[in-house]
Amino acid sequence: MAAKISYDSVETGTELPAQSFPVTRATLVQYAGASGDFNPIHWNEKFAREVGLPDVIAHGMFTMAEAIRVVTDWAGDPGAVVDYGVRFTKPVVVPNDDTGALIEVSGKVAARDDEARTVRVDLTAMSAGQKVLGMARATVRLA
Amino acid sequence: MPLDQSFVGRSYPPIAPYEVGREKIREFAEAVGDANPAYTDPDAAKALGHPDVIAPPTFVFAIAFRAAGQVIEDPQLGLDYSRVVHGDQKFAYSRPVRAGDRLTVTSTIESIKSMAGNDILDVRGEVHDESGEHVVTTMIKLVARAAEEG
Repeated sequence: MAAKISYDSVETGTELPAQSFPVTRATLVQYAGASGDFNPIHWNEKFAREVGLPDVIAHGMFTMAEAIRVVTDWAGDPGAVVDYGVRFTKPVVVPNDDTGALIEVSGKVAARDDEARTVRVDLTAMSAGQKVLGMARATVRLA
Repeated sequence: MPLDQSFVGRSYPPIAPYEVGREKIREFAEAVGDANPAYTDPDAAKALGHPDVIAPPTFVFAIAFRAAGQVIEDPQLGLDYSRVVHGDQKFAYSRPVRAGDRLTVTSTIESIKSMAGNDILDVRGEVHDESGEHVVTTMIKLVARAAEEG
């Protein structure tokens, strides 16, 4: 593992560069194919409404995959991630237009472990003004 | 009816090995829009100390979820999958998944809880490579919402 960020350069409270990830219906179809998750709530508006959703929603695992990019882009080596967990609190609603939805992710170092030279990053993921992930935390081993 | 607590601790046989391919990793990385070269360029991955391209952190979910299907579809457990939503997801890695891995997953029911009529099921997946080394542990929390009255 070869993270590009030195453990000693990071403090509790260090903010990671925030990123925004657009998601359209086309994104969801592509993710369905790549992940093998063809649940119709992620591409069929009629079905989604029938089961009580406001519209088609993004795969929770898609949102989870985007959120960790704030950590992996920062650390340089995605293999430096030691653990990663999230709670799916609110769906990312994806309208059928050219714009779709936006997932805005920020991260902050919340704890350091001197022995393991790891830091815990707490992530915040928002879409349409709502927090879409809860307890979103990753531990990453730094250089 | 709540799920039977006696299923806690039950393990299911490991799935047949899943072989991780470079092109499948590329397809997944493109689908999430992640251009990190560690996912697609073996030289870039080697420069970071990996023997081959690695997979994005959440890539292994599809494999673990397939294995968890044995739990979800266990007629004796009787989970109503039409009411299930994905509550939480966790990964704890010994090392990143990489191209060439032949991964097996052993699923175990970690816990069963009942809250306000919802069944909450934690399924742990232990993912090992061909040599038996641990790669990652996945924890999938599934919430089966209470059946509507009437």
